[in-house]
Amino acid sequence: MQEHTQLSQKQINDELLRDVLTVPKWWLPAVVGLGIVVATGLGAFSYMVYHGVGVTGLNRPVFWGFFIANFVFWIGISHAGIMISAILRLTQAEWRRPVTRAAEVMTVFSLIAALHTPLFHVGRPWRVLYWIFPYDFDRGIWPNIRSPFVWDPSAVGTYLIASSLFVFVCLLPDIAILRDRAKGLFVKRIYAFLCLGFRGTPRQWRLQTIAGILLSALVLPVFVSVHSIVSWDFAVLIGVEGWHSTIFAPYFIIGAIHSGVSAVAMLMALAVWLYKLDNYIKPDHFDAIARLLIVVATTWFFFFFLEWVYALYTLDSPEIALRELQAFEWPYGPLFAIFVILSFVIPVPMWLFKRFRRSAKIMFWTTILVNIGMWLERFLIVIPGLVRRTHMTFDWGTYHPSLVEILIVVETFAFVALGMLLFAKVLPLIPLFDVKEGVVFRHVIKVGRKTVPASIREGLPHHYYDKNH
Amino acid sequence: MADSQDRKWGMVVDIDRCTGCNGCVIACQSENNIPNNLEEHFNQRRAIQWIRIERYWEGEYPNVKARFIPVMCQQCGNAPCEPVCPVYATYHNNEGLNVQVYNRCIGTRFCANGCPYHVRFFNFWEPEWPDSLKNQLNPDVTVRSRGIMEKCSFCVQRIRRSTREADRDGVQVEDGDRGISPACVNACPTTSLTFGDFNDETSQVSIMKEEAMSNRGKKDGRGYRLLDNLGTETNVIYLKKVDESAGAVHGH
Repeated sequence: MQEHTQLSQKQINDELLRDVLTVPKWWLPAVVGLGIVVATGLGAFSYMVYHGVGVTGLNRPVFWGFFIANFVFWIGISHAGIMISAILRLTQAEWRRPVTRAAEVMTVFSLIAALHTPLFHVGRPWRVLYWIFPYDFDRGIWPNIRSPFVWDPSAVGTYLIASSLFVFVCLLPDIAILRDRAKGLFVKRIYAFLCLGFRGTPRQWRLQTIAGILLSALVLPVFVSVHSIVSWDFAVLIGVEGWHSTIFAPYFIIGAIHSGVSAVAMLMALAVWLYKLDNYIKPDHFDAIARLLIVVATTWFFFFFLEWVYALYTLDSPEIALRELQAFEWPYGPLFAIFVILSFVIPVPMWLFKRFRRSAKIMFWTTILVNIGMWLERFLIVIPGLVRRTHMTFDWGTYHPSLVEILIVVETFAFVALGMLLFAKVLPLIPLFDVKEGVVFRHVIKVGRKTVPASIREGLPHHYYDKNH
Repeated sequence: MADSQDRKWGMVVDIDRCTGCNGCVIACQSENNIPNNLEEHFNQRRAIQWIRIERYWEGEYPNVKARFIPVMCQQCGNAPCEPVCPVYATYHNNEGLNVQVYNRCIGTRFCANGCPYHVRFFNFWEPEWPDSLKNQLNPDVTVRSRGIMEKCSFCVQRIRRSTREADRDGVQVEDGDRGISPACVNACPTTSLTFGDFNDETSQVSIMKEEAMSNRGKKDGRGYRLLDNLGTETNVIYLKKVDESAGAVHGH
């Protein structure tokens, strides 16, 4: 199915390291611009920590707002990494090869972006260590393990550590190449230190492969745990009708995959556009990821539909009132329409056509739309859920984000973009060794009348090849 | 009065007697060192009122009726706010009270979102008092700093002091004693609020609860709990309004 352009190893090295060893023209202005946005956001952070949560638009009963919606969004984006590099690796989808690293790096940065807000939006951020870790056992107080908030930091922390390790393990062979090619003794030394003495001996390769497979297998539980726990932050509250739903955990996970995989497709388009990597990311890759997206988006839409059915089936008046608020009342109604149109109605039918699937431009814009829609989805879960029309009509509230909140939310986006740009400057965003491995796996030799692959893949029995080739 | 281990504090609120005078609110503000709620606090929806008088209008002009419900922490037996706190800042003590430990609180506001009665309050700002009021702060009650949750404690400082003094003198705290009753109960001019021990069968609240809850649906059975369907097992019993014009009592 895929076009097999034969790329020599030298060509792969040259092209993929081009942007690491030289500086593209647009790079510096982009980094400075994003840096200014991040600095503004950090200023807003300090302002908030100094003056207190009063500077946000939060009130009673809307105690959570933009920050939590944004937190859920970034945790969602982070599911890209695990989907692409663990699930697609274990199912041996060949098209994943050029995008694994970009997805994993985005995972790491978006997890850090997600952690920006919940930790600092608490009332007393300087005591946050009593909440996450290390616990203050000196006072004889154990953490309340019934609270999803105890499991949030541990799940997100596990994910962050596992993803960082995964990125690092996969980087080792590429850093070794960089060490050999870098100009300047100092830079060479840094790369030499970072690659942990990787020389490409068979033993090193074997260990590196085993570590990669182990990490992608071990991280699989995180695939369901992280967003389940994030969804319990909402679902355990019996007093909030719109949140108290058993479907929340799977609904959040599939939503996360939807926005995460869309973000990867967007990254692929950006890599083609900015870094001119069209020798590696081809229409075939867009085609494959778009087909995956059709499945994911449709499953997500099914869960979204179910959530509404379950809610309306209760015939509980606050629940119905909440749904009315979400779908029909200003300002949530129009946002709801935009959300459904952007995250499903426009992109999915477009992806059904091969011509659109194979176009980097179309994929870029449709996946951007998906993520605008998915941000709105989180917004529409968190805020109307609290602004809800309860039985206690005296306490109906509303919420307007303050400038501080908007600046910090914008900052998280700039932070991830800046992180990716800086990463791409010092390390290759497309894994060299993985691409080469893909090339090697495609080599075939003729044995008699039969064509067989020239190399054996990691961990597969021989009859696999008999059936498939 | 029984041993402190066996007590279960509760309140009965007779809405029929409530005139909506807000006396309980003011008493609570001064007893519990709650900062003055200025107009801007109400506009921001960040006013702190451990007990509030909710006012509802019923009917169309000219037959409009004002209805009042005093709402304070319901001291749920099965509280939604308790399991969600990661640092155990809120927990259930052995006297049936849902207590808030200010020192532990880090201000995640998870509990406040979970409370169906909206009786948990967050200190969005550092509390401030005019100079003239600074000397009348209650020394028995912590002044809460910015960034933490607070809520009605059934005036736990009064419960503690009365119990301690009774133990010292070797006597029992009497049911309905003004020293142990919360400030709102003492301040209510129409005795709409009654405070006591639900585990003591002879206490006034137990008698009122028994009468109001066992005859539900009949003329005397005016008792109900707020949002009872959530299963929070609140320790505040409301007695609904006797409204002859509305016909049947159970039509609430």
